[in-house]
Amino acid sequence: MPETKKFLYVNRKAPYGTIYALEALEVVLIGAAFEQDVSLAFLDDGVYQITKGQDTKDVGMKNFSPTYKALGDYDVNKIYVEQESLDARGLTLDDLLPLTWEDEDDDWAKKDSIKVISAAEMAKIMEQSDVVFSF
Amino acid sequence: MALEVGGKTIETDEEGYLENRDEWNMDIANAIAIAENLEMSDCHWEVVNFLREYYEEYQIAPAVRVLTKAIGKKLGKDKGNSKYLYELFPYGPAKQACKIAGLPKPTGCV
Repeated sequence: MPETKKFLYVNRKAPYGTIYALEALEVVLIGAAFEQDVSLAFLDDGVYQITKGQDTKDVGMKNFSPTYKALGDYDVNKIYVEQESLDARGLTLDDLLPLTWEDEDDDWAKKDSIKVISAAEMAKIMEQSDVVFSF
Repeated sequence: MALEVGGKTIETDEEGYLENRDEWNMDIANAIAIAENLEMSDCHWEVVNFLREYYEEYQIAPAVRVLTKAIGKKLGKDKGNSKYLYELFPYGPAKQACKIAGLPKPTGCV
């Protein structure tokens, strides 16, 4: 069994207009199959990727935000959101999708995946990761 | 590629996945299954319907590991294991069942 590495996927861009957000999500889902230690970070405009109530009718792109709710099924349950980025956009935790995971060892109890952290804590998370992918 | 079902031509990609998901119906599912040498039983439908519901909710076809776990939770441990699912869909439960369900190839399948 090869050693597991800590992977961190950093999302900084708005969900639509570029392909980065969707591509990042696909990479995360594919990468999750390799049973590594995976975390996601959302900062800057990236926080918009996981906001509630997205409607893409007029932009001609698929609304892929429901797919973030599948991350828990893929054992991706460490999702860090930067407080400063939320504040700068007038957003709070309540504006974000309720991302949860089910703990098989705790009778499938639903647990929150999202942790809102400060920029300083985010820097620490990045430092502690073995591999950082930035999208 | 294309399928002929009930006098209608249904477009598929080169691997047999439907081009237009909205065209899907049970007759088309049966036609795809026959082309894959499968006879649809209630157990097959259970998995196919599960995948369609999963797609409806999350907008993706789940990877086989995720499918196995989710089936186990919903339909019981005797069905949520790869032996059972591979007996139903010998060419891979995620790939083959998704094709019959009219869904795209699961994310993460090459």
